[in-house]
Amino acid sequence: MRNRYRNTIAGFAGLGVLIALILTPTPYHAQTQAQPYRAPRTKDGKPDLNGIWQAVNSANWDIEGHGAAPGPLWQLGAEFSVPPGLGVVEAGPIPYKPEALQKKQENFADRMNRDPEIKCYLPGVPRAMYMPYPFQIITSPQHIMMAFEYAGAVRTVYMNHSDAPADSWMGWSNGHWEGETLVVDTTDFNDLSWFDRAGNYHSDALHVVERFTAADKDHLNYEATIEDPKVFTRPWKISMPLYRIVEKNAQILEDKCVEFSEEVLYGKLAKVPPK
Amino acid sequence: MSQRLIAPPGAILALILIAVFLMPSPAAGQLKLGTNALNVAPAPSAEAKPWAVGKTPDEQPDLQGYWTNNTMTPLQRPGGVTKESYTKEEFFDALKKQAERDGEEATPGTVEDVHYDHSQFGLDRTQGKLTPNLRTSMITDPTDGRIPPMTQEGKKRAADLAAQKRKQGAQYDQAENLSTTTRCIYMGAIPMIPPAYNNNYQIVQGPGYVMILVEELHETRVIPMDGRPHAPQSVRSWLGDSRGHWEGNTLVIETTNFNDKVAFQGGSRDLKLTERLTRTGEDTMKYEFTVEDPHTWTQPWKAEMPVTKGVGPIFEHACNEGNYSMSNMLAAARRDEKKAAEAAAKKGNQ
Repeated sequence: MRNRYRNTIAGFAGLGVLIALILTPTPYHAQTQAQPYRAPRTKDGKPDLNGIWQAVNSANWDIEGHGAAPGPLWQLGAEFSVPPGLGVVEAGPIPYKPEALQKKQENFADRMNRDPEIKCYLPGVPRAMYMPYPFQIITSPQHIMMAFEYAGAVRTVYMNHSDAPADSWMGWSNGHWEGETLVVDTTDFNDLSWFDRAGNYHSDALHVVERFTAADKDHLNYEATIEDPKVFTRPWKISMPLYRIVEKNAQILEDKCVEFSEEVLYGKLAKVPPK
Repeated sequence: MSQRLIAPPGAILALILIAVFLMPSPAAGQLKLGTNALNVAPAPSAEAKPWAVGKTPDEQPDLQGYWTNNTMTPLQRPGGVTKESYTKEEFFDALKKQAERDGEEATPGTVEDVHYDHSQFGLDRTQGKLTPNLRTSMITDPTDGRIPPMTQEGKKRAADLAAQKRKQGAQYDQAENLSTTTRCIYMGAIPMIPPAYNNNYQIVQGPGYVMILVEELHETRVIPMDGRPHAPQSVRSWLGDSRGHWEGNTLVIETTNFNDKVAFQGGSRDLKLTERLTRTGEDTMKYEFTVEDPHTWTQPWKAEMPVTKGVGPIFEHACNEGNYSMSNMLAAARRDEKKAAEAAAKKGNQ
């Protein structure tokens, strides 16, 4: 029934669009919005994801939904309290194995000693992508670089496959294009980074597949599938938009936080320990 | 009980190197003798046909790839050397003498007898691919190859800094008293003078930016190429604020806005650094830099060095994350103090 009239319907629709185009810009606008966005291209013909980007959410405090809460130091009052957030985990909660969930809870209870961010350690992936700092994507045909303000962290995405020489904090990333989407497959992590300040963690079996797709000229849709059979019962997914920093003079500034973490790391070994 | 940590003296290695360097260069360029130590890039030949730099998809001169500036050439010309360049023979003679000094026998059990096995820590430069450079110093101007004299202001600042350091106490009293290198904070990524190890760089050119990844401390220099002004003077940092532009095929990077803590060769926060990178061949690049700082030196000074194609990829240098030596050194100092206090108390009781 439907097929029979398809051509006729399509013909009418086409005519309708044409009339709409001529008469008023509004239906035309609606029509283009229904199409998936096609990003401008770089000179080598790939979707242009270059720019300075940042997540705007409270995932770095807790990737799962959470209400507002006091911060770890009462002295800082409201200034370092936990802002609420709906979470970035799709179809949560995170599918921890029972013993792994217990470790997550221990991590949170002991976060002042355990959170790698307090020590200015490299953030790992995906945490680097939604820390409250901007990062820049710089693309070339062979390598896509991601330069992060926090701790001067950096990722190299190899577009011509390359094998990891060893495990590392930021893992080893290979990328390819699937139409409008940059797909980044990252493995060879160590087991030392966390997902957030809430103690969510992974093992060295972590495997992250990220998808970056331009939603419009100033937004990227970012999603990451997280797989770690040592810690989780099944793969799970986070997703969020990344926002372009649109200031004309925006640049990645230097944030060498090692200097700020020395009292935490070595204070107790100083001749006169800090009070 | 022996304090001797050294592997066989480097003199033997120097002799091997001499033999290798003096051999005629094979057409292939790299000498692969089964050890990475002896991979030497070819010197440009006089008969080589003119080489033209390639272009990136957006028509910039293409400097992309992995590079190394590992060299035995010091920044300043050593005392007693007057020539601007060595012959190969003289270069290896100097190298050999240095290796012999490093390998000299000393009385066992004395501090002089403590040697590091440089090769174990990657501190032996011959372990990596060497960039041939027969210059006796990186500095080209002044022509004596030495950093020019300091101004009164520069001397005073250096003295004030030293006094400040003394006030902070002894070297191992706290982390802050150690060098920024030991602390994994800053290892002198700019200008790009080769550090003791990890002297590798990766250049990636994206639209409007050149990125230089410095392997040491994963320093990522993201350099805007769009002619924008520098960040406000109040925004200061270890690596400063870099802006780039092209002069023909040369990438020119101008950097200002340093913080008070860098003190490159005793320079001030108002030091202005201009770097110039020019491809000279498929596997070679020239790196020049000019230092201008009237608050420190009586005149600007310049240096240059060759850079050669390196071997990628660059691996993550997570220095702070693995800085066990810091804890070990501080813990050892506290233990020594405790032992000394106990010994003093014991003596007092006698």
